[in-house]
Amino acid sequence: MPVNNQNSDKQWVIGGIFIVLVLIFLIRLFYIQVWDNAYQLTAESNSQRHVTQYPARGLILDRNGKVLVQNQAAYDLMVVPKQVQEFDTLEFCKMLSITNKELKEKLKKAKLYSWYKPSIFLKQVSFEDYATFQEHLFRFPGFFVQTRTLRDYPMPTATHLLGYVGEVSEKQIENNSYYNLGDYIGISGIEKTYEQELRGTKGNKIFLVDVHNRIKGEFRDGDFDIMAIPGYNITTTIDAELQLFGEQLMEYKIGSIVAIEPSTGEILALISAPSYNPAMLVGRARSLNYSHLQNDSLKPLFNRALTAQYPPGSIFKIINGLIGLQGQFINWHTHFTCDKSLVGCHNHPTNDNIEKAIQFSCNPYFFQTYKKIIQQGKDNNRFIDSRYGLTYWRNYVLEFGLGKKLKSDLPNISSGSIPDTTFYDKWYGKERWAFSNIASNSIGQGEVMVVPIQMANLVAIIANKGYYITPHVVKKVGEKTNANPEFLTIHPTSIDTKWFETVQNAMYAVVNEAHGTAGRARIDSIAVCGKTGTVQNPHGEDHSVFIAFAPKDNPQIAIAVYVENSGFGGTWAAPIASLMIEKYINGEISEYNTKYKQQRILDYKPLYVEPSK
Amino acid sequence: MLNRASSFWARLDWITVGVYFLLVFLGWLNIYAAVYDQDHQNIFDISQKYGMQLLWIGASVILIIMIFLVDSRFYAAFPYPIYALVLILLLLVLAFGKEVNGAKSWIDLGLIRLQPAEFAKLSTALALAKFTSTYNFKLLKFRNLLIVGAIMFTPSLLILLQNDTGSALVYSSLILVLYREGLPGWVLVLLAFIVILFILTLLHGVGTVAFIILGLMLLYYYFNARDFRTSLIAFGILLIAYSIPYAFNYFEWFSIPTNLLIIVPFVFASIIFVYFAYRKNINRIYSIVGITLLSLMFILTVDYGFNNVLIQHQRDRINNLLGIEFDPLGAGYNVNQSLIAIGSGGFSGKGYLQGTQTKYDFVPEQSTDFIFCTVGEEWGFLGTSSILLLFTFLLIRILIIAERQKSSFTRIYAYGVASIFFFHLIINVGMTIGLAPVIGIPLPFFSYGGSSLWAFTILLFILLRLDVSRDQLLN
Repeated sequence: MPVNNQNSDKQWVIGGIFIVLVLIFLIRLFYIQVWDNAYQLTAESNSQRHVTQYPARGLILDRNGKVLVQNQAAYDLMVVPKQVQEFDTLEFCKMLSITNKELKEKLKKAKLYSWYKPSIFLKQVSFEDYATFQEHLFRFPGFFVQTRTLRDYPMPTATHLLGYVGEVSEKQIENNSYYNLGDYIGISGIEKTYEQELRGTKGNKIFLVDVHNRIKGEFRDGDFDIMAIPGYNITTTIDAELQLFGEQLMEYKIGSIVAIEPSTGEILALISAPSYNPAMLVGRARSLNYSHLQNDSLKPLFNRALTAQYPPGSIFKIINGLIGLQGQFINWHTHFTCDKSLVGCHNHPTNDNIEKAIQFSCNPYFFQTYKKIIQQGKDNNRFIDSRYGLTYWRNYVLEFGLGKKLKSDLPNISSGSIPDTTFYDKWYGKERWAFSNIASNSIGQGEVMVVPIQMANLVAIIANKGYYITPHVVKKVGEKTNANPEFLTIHPTSIDTKWFETVQNAMYAVVNEAHGTAGRARIDSIAVCGKTGTVQNPHGEDHSVFIAFAPKDNPQIAIAVYVENSGFGGTWAAPIASLMIEKYINGEISEYNTKYKQQRILDYKPLYVEPSK
Repeated sequence: MLNRASSFWARLDWITVGVYFLLVFLGWLNIYAAVYDQDHQNIFDISQKYGMQLLWIGASVILIIMIFLVDSRFYAAFPYPIYALVLILLLLVLAFGKEVNGAKSWIDLGLIRLQPAEFAKLSTALALAKFTSTYNFKLLKFRNLLIVGAIMFTPSLLILLQNDTGSALVYSSLILVLYREGLPGWVLVLLAFIVILFILTLLHGVGTVAFIILGLMLLYYYFNARDFRTSLIAFGILLIAYSIPYAFNYFEWFSIPTNLLIIVPFVFASIIFVYFAYRKNINRIYSIVGITLLSLMFILTVDYGFNNVLIQHQRDRINNLLGIEFDPLGAGYNVNQSLIAIGSGGFSGKGYLQGTQTKYDFVPEQSTDFIFCTVGEEWGFLGTSSILLLFTFLLIRILIIAERQKSSFTRIYAYGVASIFFFHLIINVGMTIGLAPVIGIPLPFFSYGGSSLWAFTILLFILLRLDVSRDQLLN
């Protein structure tokens, strides 16, 4: 008899509890597995198909609410390899106009991705193919059609600015779990910068499908479905009509136009020529068109307004003049003789003062001014003195938004460059350079490099008499005003307002007085202020540059126009700028200007090639 | 020495060893099936769960050998230090543990992660056996009950603090051990009664259950007094007392709190009951009134506790289990998917590796908590019933082992082992077929995970090691 072993009959009770509960379980299992075939049917009907609900991507509108980008429906044929059974491949291929070889390759690719998860078999099937195929879908188990949206451009304009969408790369999928193979993502322009806002949130819909791949209904009445949330509409600062007009003016030319509303920093138009139709990068023709555009020697994909770097030319004289005035190296009455032995110049009346010097764009005058800024006599050694001067000068220049990337909402902006001491040290060696080596900066032909959007921003600073708000292209996200603090912040320069008034007067004279360099920019009803520039181009004819703002007393538009290889700034860039200003402020071009000024521009087609017969 | 060694192998319970390895093997096959995909088919691929599980099975064999090498007397001598050590580990987990799936129950040792809660079952079973097997032990002494309760529920509490409700509830199964060692049967019946009351209250509301309790009280009266007329009158009065406040609420004359709905008829019924019972000289009227009162208080507490104390996800799970609310995005989704998977297996299953429901997202946690779905889907009713019967066989075998011990330490420990296995089996399988709440505890030998496999292995093989010395007195 074992010690302390009472209650041993209780073992039967415990064993009984075990057996009774297991029996209950067995009955339950028998019921769900054998007796009740409801579960079997649910699973046998090939269970559920998860269909991603793609949200409508947000629209992109111009500043007046005109639609620039909208959506169109597209149909992707999906496949789940595990569910594919034998089918009539010949008919299948015929219906979708693909070859048997393509079919095999595509199936292989899908299997490589996953046996169980749906992957895209054929992208963007046409509506006609979709309609035929949909009727025969039940004969091809494992295949189904998923609807999604593509971009559509009711106004083929502002291509560079809007950017385009394309499929996500493997790397992007790895970095962001939101995206799946075959999803679309903004690749350039606004589509890229505002991807998060535009894309919305994907949803998921669960359907029950039977063995024949036919949808039998919603799973649990859609209780598990997640609705897609559409993306926000983006209201840009662009004036679509102005943009379109600018693009017409720039047809068959190389160059760019940037127009900004000075008081807000809002970009009104941003044109890079040559351009392309945004619709080219949508749909199945996309990859073919893309490689065409990429191989084009004129680089239409390249956004010149943001990335092309040019020397600023004569326009830079304004900045040197302002620094000279602010630093009291010169004053309003300062007179320098137009000494062509220092640097070449054209024939013009005498520079009685700084205003005249700007008006006549006198090279020796700014050579002298720049010399005073660089060689301030702070050190007896002119090399050391120049180092000091260059740094002094550069600090002012940077305040104009030059030599650095503008923190705009457009991707891939170049910074341009403003040389510093390190730059010249590398070039010439330390203390082996002085004013004479860098003198060409005085007239904007040296090592200074500027991007068109910076140039437009410079005009905005002059129009604002001393400050800028970072140029940007988005006004509203959804119904909310763009709250990026950068676009509400005033960036001041440390130059007195009165000196900007001086510059404005000079720029007014450039356009409106005899002996000004840009009479072609004159508009009878609007007080236009401007400045020409000619960028020396070692590879060919000079580039024509013109900056302007108007009206003088209450500036509403600041503009920079670049026309490559077209010579003097007054010839082509100035009239283009004036037409843009007239269009924006008056809403239309006067009859006279349409007939003469506008027609002259449209007739100028340096890139035009006679179509061969 | 040779003699001793050969007698060791002769006395080892080979049947249990065989069942163990069969279960482990079947478990591994199902983990392989649950995570199987075309790209990774190498069974030794340790980037996959089945590869890792194979590694852990190997380690288990080493553990078994080590357990066999230790003398039986060691296990009987050191339960308390082991118990204390595991308690410390549980405290450490609370302080420095790693959180996985909302439960802070892992110790990260770099190479491997351990879940001390798994080992606490072992140490508790050992400590309970040690304490209860002292010479001339009387369980029903208040002091002893207190200590036994402390041994059982200290680890349980610590695990509850880790937010691992499932593992904490396992310790309640040790009540079976206590029953075997002297706890009266009515305690089990009472517990069952409480559980039934609990479920009924949640299912049908306080009012209905109260009505049933009062009805039972009158029935008791009738059977004792054999007086049909007064019983009917009493029942009638009760019905009226009960329906008047209901009517008030129903017609919205004015709103009466639910509690009053129960208390008013109870007071009425009690007065009638006591009056008649007194006249008929029925014994134990006061205890019957007392029990009724306690039952009513209990259901009110349940109602209040459920709505005001439990956290939403606990409520959801209980609600869902009882079929009160269907909340598809919460716990309901898992059970629904699990039922579809198991149900779709049919009588003989879809065949090994042919399951579609358990793979790819339909069933959650398909390699751990819901591994039984894979069994159900791929092996059908034949598979699920075989596995259940195999487990039942193991449980009964453990009971047989328990009852053949000379030393009560081993016997009590054996009951502990059986209770723990039983609880895991019932809850884990129960939740996959909608008979138990989804509280996420592993199915022994089947669910993926090293800690759980090792813990169950050690639990079972210490018993087998002790069983070898079944003729010795180990206390």
